[in-house]
Amino acid sequence: MNRSPYISEAPSVSNIMFKVLVALVPGIVAYVWIFGGGVLISIALATATALASEAVMLKLRKRPIQPFLMDYSAIVTAWLLALAIPPLAPWWLIVVGTLFAIVIAKQLYGGLGYNPFNPAMIGYAVLLISFPVLMTKWPAALSLAQTKLSFADQLHYIFSGILPQDLKIDAVTSATPLDYLKTQLTLKHDIASIKAAPLFGALGGKGGEYVTFAYLFGGIYLWQQKIISWHLPVAFLGALALISGVFWGINPAHFANPLFHLFSGASMLAAFFIITDPVSGPTTPKGKLYFAAGIGIITYLIRVYGGYPDGVAFAVIFMNICVPLIDAHTQPRVFGHEK
Amino acid sequence: MNALVNFTKIFKFHGGVHPPENKAQSTQHTIGQLPLPEKLVLPLRQHVGNIPKIKVNIGDKVLKGQLLAEAEGTVSAAIHAPTSGTVSAIEDTTIPHPSGLPDRCITITPDGKESWIDLKPQDWRKADRRALIASLRLSGIVGLGGATFPTHIKLRSDGKSGVHTLVINAAECEPYITCDDLLMRERSEQIVKGIEVAQYLLGAEKVFIGIEDNKPEAIAAMQAATANTSMQVVVVPTLYPSGDARRLVYLVLGQEIPYDKRSTEVGLQVFNVATVLALYRYFEFGEPSLNRVVSMTGNVNTPQNFEVLFGTPLMHLVNGAGGAKLGTTHYIMGGPMMGFDLPDENVPITKAANCIIAASPNLFAPLPPAMPCIRCARCADACPVNLQPQDLYWFAKSDNFEKARDYKLFDCIECGACSSGCPSNIPLVQYYRYAKSEIIAADRAKEAANIARERNDFRLARIEREKLERAAKHAERAQAAKSELAPASETPANATPEANNHADSGDAQKAAKQAAIAAAIERAKAAKAAAAVSGEVPKNVVETTPTVKAEIAEIEARRASVGLTEKPAADEDKQAKIAAAIARAKAAKAAAEAAKKQE
Repeated sequence: MNRSPYISEAPSVSNIMFKVLVALVPGIVAYVWIFGGGVLISIALATATALASEAVMLKLRKRPIQPFLMDYSAIVTAWLLALAIPPLAPWWLIVVGTLFAIVIAKQLYGGLGYNPFNPAMIGYAVLLISFPVLMTKWPAALSLAQTKLSFADQLHYIFSGILPQDLKIDAVTSATPLDYLKTQLTLKHDIASIKAAPLFGALGGKGGEYVTFAYLFGGIYLWQQKIISWHLPVAFLGALALISGVFWGINPAHFANPLFHLFSGASMLAAFFIITDPVSGPTTPKGKLYFAAGIGIITYLIRVYGGYPDGVAFAVIFMNICVPLIDAHTQPRVFGHEK
Repeated sequence: MNALVNFTKIFKFHGGVHPPENKAQSTQHTIGQLPLPEKLVLPLRQHVGNIPKIKVNIGDKVLKGQLLAEAEGTVSAAIHAPTSGTVSAIEDTTIPHPSGLPDRCITITPDGKESWIDLKPQDWRKADRRALIASLRLSGIVGLGGATFPTHIKLRSDGKSGVHTLVINAAECEPYITCDDLLMRERSEQIVKGIEVAQYLLGAEKVFIGIEDNKPEAIAAMQAATANTSMQVVVVPTLYPSGDARRLVYLVLGQEIPYDKRSTEVGLQVFNVATVLALYRYFEFGEPSLNRVVSMTGNVNTPQNFEVLFGTPLMHLVNGAGGAKLGTTHYIMGGPMMGFDLPDENVPITKAANCIIAASPNLFAPLPPAMPCIRCARCADACPVNLQPQDLYWFAKSDNFEKARDYKLFDCIECGACSSGCPSNIPLVQYYRYAKSEIIAADRAKEAANIARERNDFRLARIEREKLERAAKHAERAQAAKSELAPASETPANATPEANNHADSGDAQKAAKQAAIAAAIERAKAAKAAAAVSGEVPKNVVETTPTVKAEIAEIEARRASVGLTEKPAADEDKQAKIAAAIARAKAAKAAAEAAKKQE
């Protein structure tokens, strides 16, 4: 019988997914440090929902449950979604989002390996469209908040919607820098005066920029571990920097500089953790460059001209649609063949 | 020389993998010799091409080196007696092939005398190239790197090879295998002389010897042996599959052999290091191909390389290496990347056997069940041909063979680099083998259908023609009869002939009508048959261009080269089958006669 090769040098799928989770840890630690422990509750809720819904779906689809639950891919989706939505949102928001991501976007398309769209981004987009107000209630950085919520307060609020001392939610939340920038620009303020607001840090949002640095750090670890190829983050960040640089060069009073775009919103999370989802992305090296650059450009256009402060989710979903086309047209030259 | 080597530019091919080498185990000892086994079982199929024609009978006494079976047809190789003794059986026995099927073998019971035939060395420097190449047909030498392509075919018989550069394949890139390494360490002088023979036979001006950098002793030995020659030792990085001929040529020369061309078409030829050594021994001493060096490694007590007579039973070799250790489950022939499970422990060592690995669950842990492809493209990163294995897998799995072909399935060399790096443990190469065999089978069926259709068209045309001819004849006869009878048409006496004539022409009309009906029925039947046949041919192979056919042939050859199958091009295959049938019939007859005699 011919069943060679007999040796496998590959990390398993679980191994790869586990490393992605590990790489997210620095970002989560920074997140908790800056914004409080609420995000941990979101992560826990999302993880539990993801595992439970994945198990139920596998059971319904008559697939083996244990190997697929142990591949950690559902947990990766859960964590990414939890990191993408406001941590102080009511508990059911993350549950609904995760359910949609796992049940509809992943399992109904055939489960691991068969989802054409990034499940976390589908979950995010559904929440953003269905519950736009809840999706904008971001906690202010603890250093900026007048009232600091303890972890217990955050936990209590997530499940009951009641804040201590009858505080209103607006007292502990604030607009994100991208959101603030957008509204202020519509009020005809210029960039310099907008960025003078306490919300802004050296590069992105005050505090938030540290979280993005932590994502960058985790992303470099993934690259070093050969879990992701350089093509995706480099092309995405490069395209985002380039297009924002061009606009900023034309009119620095109206357009934020490239560094702001790189270190605000979901840029770094997207560059290393979201657009690097192999299942819903292209496989050819050239295709990865086109795909990621497309996401970078669309993200920027949505941020500047679209109806939403950030545009990563829609950009990713749009480019997911293009993947078969991209792959078909970026086939590398095969050895011994003419171009 | 060293400086020269270091400055040689290496052209790295895309992909490649570097699995644990596991070569040290079998390089602790020099090449060993084994005692004569009790019997030697020589399969007729030890090479790519036609089965050779048996020239001995059961009971014949044979000398060491005596021809047992001669090359049949163009692509074939002779088989010789590896030692002196008696032909004790000619029968079907399990051979070392992935199929595990029995095939015709000649069994020799050694007499222990090792009496040689009259050896006829040839001074190759003084002889005519064409005569030398012609005599190689009797040598039984085939590519010993595992390809087992008859060597005389690789040297054009007219002596005009058009080859300007000879690349010696000493990369030995598969893990565990060390037979070429040891040969170079111990017999570099003879190898260099063998290269000179090959160079002379090909008329090649330049010679490059490609060796992976994990064989420092072999590199040193070869550099020393080639010091006074124009040959150049090129140290290539240890990167599987550098020993694939096309990859090695690229590493050494930076030249990609076009996918649809043979290396000789671009002036290149590649020989394995053990093959040139066999060439040397054939011309220098007159020794035909009787043995080879085999790495006996893996789960045995003392892994070692042995010079093994062809036909030696596997267990004889295993015992030579101190016997199998506890936990040995089976044996693998070849390396862990492209080898295959031997069907049982009694199979003989053949010309293709460069390595035998005693396998155990410790060495080769069974893979966990396959998971879905996550499109991580690690396989594409590893592919030395720069294919997209994840796409090919998808197409093969969904029986989308047309797409698989579009995505260059037939360029796949089945090296296993993709599978070995798959996080989902998908047996990718198995899918490609499956898709290739399906496509080839469909192409064959299509070709058969085409032939049938042509035959039928021809038959219909013939029937039509005959019908017309018959009609014309009748008309002529009727005309003739009429003109003859015309004057006496009124006389009753002539009524009978007239009536006869009428009856005659009526019969003719009937016959013509019947013929027309028969023809129509035939046409309908043929159309139905054609439809049925063509219905079996998937649409994707309906238009098979000559290029694609060539591709398939090429793949067949390559597959054959890794011992997957031994099917040559279609016509040769047919010839081989016929030859085999005849040989089998003859052998059966001979056996029967011999049995009678014994009685």
